[in-house]
Amino acid sequence: MRVLIIEDDREAAAYLMKALREAGHVTEHAADGEEGQAMAEAGGYDVLVVDRMLPRRDGLAIVESLRARQDRTPVLILSALGQVDDRVRGLRAGGDDYLAKPYAFSELLARVEALARRGAGPEVETRYRVGDLVLDRLSHSVTRAGRAIDLQPREFRLLEYMMRHAGQVVTRTMLLENVWDYHFDPQTNVIDVHVSRLRGKIDKGFDRSLIHTIRGAGYMIRDDGPGRGGP
Amino acid sequence: MRAPDEQDRRAAGGLSAFGRLGRTTAFRLATVQIVVFAALTALLIGYVSVRTNALLTRQIDATIDAEISSLADAYQRGGIRQLVFTVEARTRRPGASLYMVADTSGRTLVGNVADLPLSILGLPDGEQTLITYRRLDEEGARTYQALVRVFTLPGGFRLLVGRDVGERLEFQAVIRDAALAALAVMLVTGLASWLFVGRSALKRVEEMAETARGIMSGDLHRRLQVTGTRDEFDNLAGSLNDMLARIEALMTGLKEVSDNIAHDLKTPLTRLRNRLETVLIDENAGREEMREAMAAALADADLLIGVFEALLRIARVEAGAPGESFEPVDAAAVAAEVGELYEPVVEEAGGRLAVEAAGPLTVSGNRALIAQALANLLDNALKYGAPAAGAPSVRLVAAAAPGEVRLTVADNGPGIPAADRARATERFVRLDGSRSRPGSGLGLALVHAVARLHGGRLILEDARPGLAATLALPAALPLNNGRTDGEGGPRHGGDAGRHG
Repeated sequence: MRVLIIEDDREAAAYLMKALREAGHVTEHAADGEEGQAMAEAGGYDVLVVDRMLPRRDGLAIVESLRARQDRTPVLILSALGQVDDRVRGLRAGGDDYLAKPYAFSELLARVEALARRGAGPEVETRYRVGDLVLDRLSHSVTRAGRAIDLQPREFRLLEYMMRHAGQVVTRTMLLENVWDYHFDPQTNVIDVHVSRLRGKIDKGFDRSLIHTIRGAGYMIRDDGPGRGGP
Repeated sequence: MRAPDEQDRRAAGGLSAFGRLGRTTAFRLATVQIVVFAALTALLIGYVSVRTNALLTRQIDATIDAEISSLADAYQRGGIRQLVFTVEARTRRPGASLYMVADTSGRTLVGNVADLPLSILGLPDGEQTLITYRRLDEEGARTYQALVRVFTLPGGFRLLVGRDVGERLEFQAVIRDAALAALAVMLVTGLASWLFVGRSALKRVEEMAETARGIMSGDLHRRLQVTGTRDEFDNLAGSLNDMLARIEALMTGLKEVSDNIAHDLKTPLTRLRNRLETVLIDENAGREEMREAMAAALADADLLIGVFEALLRIARVEAGAPGESFEPVDAAAVAAEVGELYEPVVEEAGGRLAVEAAGPLTVSGNRALIAQALANLLDNALKYGAPAAGAPSVRLVAAAAPGEVRLTVADNGPGIPAADRARATERFVRLDGSRSRPGSGLGLALVHAVARLHGGRLILEDARPGLAATLALPAALPLNNGRTDGEGGPRHGGDAGRHG
């Protein structure tokens, strides 16, 4: 997919572009706000990564003017300001996600890919399916291979979020933000414990694991298909 | 030997002592006062003087008129002889007017005026003139002033009648003297009040400035003198002292924090540096070793970033104004949510988390911050609250107390000795025994900051055994009906139990 990076720190931008290219994406770069806005308005990008503080034109102003033009390209806002009110301001301006610097690249990549998916397809479906696992949002039921699985409400939401992003990495922070609506970094591995519980209900007793741990990044739910059985 | 510029400054200071007094507010007030009063006095005196002058002039006029008409009478009755006789009689009276009768050639027949300018007799009839004259009955060269009028009598005689204006001049002199005296009194009192008020004010201000200089040079303990007179200077000094106390407290806090930062950030930074250096200088280091060292360095960097984030968060919370992002929050619901988030973690550690959170317990606050504060308390309970032997048992209780809502996290671990409890909420303070374990030492500091932002408290108590950390937040008004019962003990039952 095509990603436009609007970032005035050339070193940071070069690092980002290299890493995104290695992950198989096409990147372009704008070094200031005006150039960035012109390129973004020209269109053709799947995701915009916009730094908040830019020379010549503020990052939030770019997003606001894009939204005013009915341009719905997903935007990830990057900022050295990581506090809750800054993030709220960023999202209110029309950003779709907000990431505070310094960030881990795996976190950024996971979010960019999640945004691109969101921009492409219908955001919410009533049924999600990964392999033989089916989640029905209307009846609030989960079945695997036809067998009903009993989940607590939070576990249901956790699985729902992961299945909506099936095949993509979801990071611990993404889960904490989207499933629990918390924007802080717990000192302990709370998310890991919740995912491991969910895994116990979803994968235990089946020959193929669907929930995979992606080292150094987070988790992914995917069906590797028969013959490539999980661990 | 002092430095030359110091000497200059001192000399200038000595010379301008009066100049400085001249720049005081008291001086400006005194000046304004003097100018205003002087102007008023001048106006008043001028008015009185003009009016009096006019009155006296009218009186003189009337007298002269009366004299002239009676002398004209005498002339009509007895001719020039009678006139001369009458005039002569009148000149002998005390305080007589001025008279002169002259014949057509200008020769004086009778009169008590000497040294008149000759032209005076040529004046048109009845015109009033101010003249200078000498008295015939006086020796010497003393001159007087008088208002005179000249008339031509039938037969060509000229009659001059006048009145000395000495009285009027005297009166003017009196007024002038009074004006001068008033001005002098005003100047003296103005000067005196300026000197007195100005000097005492200047002295207080000088003392304040001196103290301020002392504080600027680093002596933060100094305070302005409060004299107890309760005047505006005392008021000012009191306010400034309060401000100084606050600044000193902040400075002390800042110093402690920077000391602690120096210690707690330097340690992982040094470790990070050593790690990288060791691998770099080891020429035989394999690829795998390199990767390992880099992963460890990355973990160190993440730890440092975490500490910075926590510090920034605390700073933001402490700098925040209450109410900025406040809304009605059900503290019981928040407690239940956070409890639900942590419950599996506690169980994973082989323990048990009991949540008692029957609500609603409404407070006015920031949901995210309250949640984070509770998360920090639970993190702490997990890290430090496990008993030496046996399973950790953590209780999270949300309960109403009179006027407040108490969110308590209690563990069954070793607890914190009473002497250390106050210190535990400070930034970077990690009590003995916890330093070796991971953590930034910022957890309780953030909870403390959140409590303060909400106008509440963080209470650390003995849970016998273990530590009970309570985030007490002021209850939102109006209070929930019937929820203020008891001493705020945990309410059991209801939908309390959430574990399982």
